[in-house]
Amino acid sequence: MNTSLPNLDRRNFLRISGITGVGLVFGLSANGETAVEELAAAGETFEITPFVIIEKTGQITIFNTRPEIGQGTFQSVPAMIAEELEVSLEQVTIKQTGGEKKFGGGQSAGGSASIRTGYQNMRKVGASAREMLIKAASQQWNVPVTECYAENAKVFHKPTGKSMGYGELAETAAKVEVPKSPTLKDPKDFKILGKKSPRPDVPLKTNGKAIFGIDITVPGMVYASIERCPKFGGQLVSFDATAAKKVKGVIAVETCERNISGQKNEGVAVIAENYWAALQGRKALVVKWDYQGNENFNSKAYEQSLRDAAKEPGAVQHTQGDFDKTFAEASVKLEAFYETPVVSHSPIEPMNCVASWYDGNKVEIWTSTQVPGSIMNEIPRTFNVPAENVKVNVTFNGGGFGRRLYPDYVMETVQLTKKVGRPVKAIWTREDDTKMGPFRPMTYSAMKGALTPDGKAIAFQHKVISPTLGGKKDYDKTKADGTMTEGISEQKYEIEHMKNLYVHHYLHVPVVAWRSVTSSTLAFAHECFIDEMAVKAKKDPMAFRLGMLTKESDTKTILQKLKEVSHWDKPLPAGWGRGVAHYEFFAGQAGYVVEVSKKGAGIKIEKVFAVIDLGTVVNPDTVEAQVQGAAVMALTAAIKSGITFEKGETVQSNFHNNQLVRINEMPKVEVHILANGGPKIKGVGEPGLPPFAPALCNAIYAATGKRIRRLPFDINKIV
Amino acid sequence: MIKLTINNKSYEVDASPDMPLLWAIRDMVGLTGTKFGCGMAQCGACTVHVDGTPVRSCSFPVAAAAGKKITTIEGLSEKVGEAVQKAWIELQVPQCGYCQSGQIMSATALLKSKPHPTDADIDAAMQGNLCRCGTYQRVRSAIHRASELIK
Repeated sequence: MNTSLPNLDRRNFLRISGITGVGLVFGLSANGETAVEELAAAGETFEITPFVIIEKTGQITIFNTRPEIGQGTFQSVPAMIAEELEVSLEQVTIKQTGGEKKFGGGQSAGGSASIRTGYQNMRKVGASAREMLIKAASQQWNVPVTECYAENAKVFHKPTGKSMGYGELAETAAKVEVPKSPTLKDPKDFKILGKKSPRPDVPLKTNGKAIFGIDITVPGMVYASIERCPKFGGQLVSFDATAAKKVKGVIAVETCERNISGQKNEGVAVIAENYWAALQGRKALVVKWDYQGNENFNSKAYEQSLRDAAKEPGAVQHTQGDFDKTFAEASVKLEAFYETPVVSHSPIEPMNCVASWYDGNKVEIWTSTQVPGSIMNEIPRTFNVPAENVKVNVTFNGGGFGRRLYPDYVMETVQLTKKVGRPVKAIWTREDDTKMGPFRPMTYSAMKGALTPDGKAIAFQHKVISPTLGGKKDYDKTKADGTMTEGISEQKYEIEHMKNLYVHHYLHVPVVAWRSVTSSTLAFAHECFIDEMAVKAKKDPMAFRLGMLTKESDTKTILQKLKEVSHWDKPLPAGWGRGVAHYEFFAGQAGYVVEVSKKGAGIKIEKVFAVIDLGTVVNPDTVEAQVQGAAVMALTAAIKSGITFEKGETVQSNFHNNQLVRINEMPKVEVHILANGGPKIKGVGEPGLPPFAPALCNAIYAATGKRIRRLPFDINKIV
Repeated sequence: MIKLTINNKSYEVDASPDMPLLWAIRDMVGLTGTKFGCGMAQCGACTVHVDGTPVRSCSFPVAAAAGKKITTIEGLSEKVGEAVQKAWIELQVPQCGYCQSGQIMSATALLKSKPHPTDADIDAAMQGNLCRCGTYQRVRSAIHRASELIK
């Protein structure tokens, strides 16, 4: 997932910190204090620097650099270290890092990146520590290293059977040179990786003990609720806080600036002794806004302007062969226009942050965030405080889905604590969360395809019309935005002539990344149109796709697996239909076969088969859960209202009119994981999302003959 | 001052009578397992039991809870509640976990009134609990599993 946030890149980090390779730290608890000794070794470049601390008592701490947002990194990331370290996760304490420099870059949860980018390096860290402990034991026993091995947090001497615990060895081990290229375990010896493993955070999430950002309390803390301009792009003119300050419990009213998606807008915060009082005070505020001419903005007009913009030639994103000539001369061709909606992230934990400004220039943050590393970089720059004076405590996230890649809510809270001189907990209401965005943008797609008379696809065009993430008003229209055209030229179909295009169309409403980013909408147009081509070619949609995949590819493997597990060739009952779709993009690759049946005027989703290709799997149980969850999120985006605008503001305000799929609407999703090895490890959290809606809509076509080209649609009113 | 009995313990809170029970539980009593999600009884994250009945504490005035027996996720201790928690761990239901206190409180109330619920019973009882991570398939399985455990 791309974030528009500035981030210290890896090269920069290395230069500043002086670390040149795999860093490994052993902290030794001596005299009740934790002394941390930093060791560095030359090695291949790495993205994240995880840490292992072993105390004399035998207590082992593993730091997780990837915030837990429900995707399972609290288990999967430490598991990669623990596997090589020869310890079980039950034997270790897992701590979440908070963007500290010593842990390096990559302290974020996004882009389905935690496993696919960390698999080798995390294991290397664990293996380095294991080899150092073994070497320490061999030194103490004065025996060859080759006679020693590690197991269950101990090092054993093979010939004699004697052993020493990691705690006893830690002090010596910390002085051992860090191995330059530690030997990784043979996957056949894995005890944790690749196996269904319980997540250590799950018990805490069944008894109320898991701490999320919203649960943090610090001494002297006060509560804030912020009134922001209801119309996007509006600016604060003036406010009257007289009545607000009379509300019992209200202690201050202050302004603060929200910075999101390239826009800065001031809001008015009511600060009180408890949150309820802050909310009552906020209701009593009288605020005057200047809407800056945005008060008539509405979805209908903007959507029409997108359709009009589709007539622009657009910037070429990818070209191969001669699309224009082939399409012009083809005897069998088709065109279609696809539309998708703006949607909200809506994690159930609303945005919130606790911030404390103290001692003149020190800042401490407690929050649910996907990007502690970015927060750590942004606070010193924005507030002109030394980086070493900033501490970020990352809690469990009550959902992320991309929303918590953007710390606007953190930066607002820092302004407030600075102004009132007390720790502040700012909590967004659900209405704030729903109405203020940021949102996933819509994309519109103009599709063209041509076939030979015998039904072979020879020309294909996907033209994307959309705003860009992060709102770029001065966008250079001669360029094709990579994120907004994500994946459209990466599908493996062997079509000789292709020309993909991008038309930028500005939107002032803040729009950002959402789970599976732009693939979440582009896959719908792409894979439904491939289905339209199959229909035009009078071919079975699965056979049509496989016919365009003569070379071996993961796409081909996924489709073949889908064909097998869904019994694609087996006839369905009357009134049923099945559809297939897959999508490959930066985060990885998955596909679905969906079966539906006619139910009155609507349809019922009968069965869902998912195949996700990972190459290598760390925790199959988590993967299954992630794909099932992605299907639910995709279903919500396909059949619920989405976000619309009227009179310059968001129409929806809470879950009554911005509905999410509920338990009674959840189809059963059967998940199959492909983990047949190979050099490429693919992501888990996002790939299950993009292909769901096109597979569903292709199934609806098969069952009803109705082609859905616009999301959302009413699943109860198809025909 | 309003007197509350939460998880068999007595508390006195200095709250305005119209303050939702949720904020009294979280901000005044300090039990944070009960979550804020929507403030209008749409998501169920704030579900607690008042005299054994599941209620959305975000939309339940604290004054109306005075003198009643309030149970939160932290106080779930008897047979059914423990079976639900056990099933939740066994099937690894939570993802982000934020809505799960509410899911568990609703599931416990369902199993207390219907120890062997059908899928339709589960739909009816659990429809008020949103999960943005989409754990519904496992929620359903875990309720059936808990039903076996309490046999």
